[in-house]
Amino acid sequence: MFPAEPLAVRAAVGKLFDHMPTELLSEDERGTAEIVIAEVLNNIVEHAYAGAPGNIDLTLDPTDTGLNCVITDQGRPMPDGVIPIGVLPTGVGLDQPEGGFGWYMIRALSRDISYNRRPDGNCLTFHLPRRQAAFLAGFPNCIGSMTQ
Amino acid sequence: MDIRCEHHDGALVARVGADRIDAAVAIQFKDRMREVMQDSATRVILDLSRVGFLDSSGLGAVVAVMKLLGPDRKLELAALTPTVEKVFRLTRMDGVFTIHANAPASLHHVR
Repeated sequence: MFPAEPLAVRAAVGKLFDHMPTELLSEDERGTAEIVIAEVLNNIVEHAYAGAPGNIDLTLDPTDTGLNCVITDQGRPMPDGVIPIGVLPTGVGLDQPEGGFGWYMIRALSRDISYNRRPDGNCLTFHLPRRQAAFLAGFPNCIGSMTQ
Repeated sequence: MDIRCEHHDGALVARVGADRIDAAVAIQFKDRMREVMQDSATRVILDLSRVGFLDSSGLGAVVAVMKLLGPDRKLELAALTPTVEKVFRLTRMDGVFTIHANAPASLHHVR
């Protein structure tokens, strides 16, 4: 558990990955996990808490197929109660997007994402599968095909 | 944020000394790059060899810097580490920038 502030989040993520045993995830898988977890945590800080104080709880549970992640907070609910679709923003020439990448990356790199609103806050669960490399090589164009 | 500059073959090479460009420091990165970009070089090469991690905020900040340079100058990237490279590739932003495998030699430490 750690406070929902950017530097505390960054320290927690850093500590998490520094101490993660290398047998658990390959270096590539660790990079992937770090991306997803950092994006989820940033969203909680920015949107669920929106600058208000609060804590975030992160639990990682290794399984045969990868890592189960459970992240809870006591912040505001997800708008409309559902996870954003996360369409990849695109641009032309100099007119490139500066934001909107987060949910796209979270969905692209994880599986079985589930969001539940509880009386006291939010609960997001997802699975980070092993052997991402093979999956990313055949990266699909349509975000719809990747959602549960 | 620690960003050091050198000229190399007419380009401005800006080496980022921080190990992460993320939500916590995206604004500092942009602010420091604004200073760096006051140089007149048309080509700016961002040496990311020391940056082990970059999130969507960091990516947005790099895009913002590209836009700040304007249409007559070019932002190129160099020496992307694996996770950073993954973010650019995943978001297809690797097609938007010229990406060099290595940073220009003069900024490497003597081993």
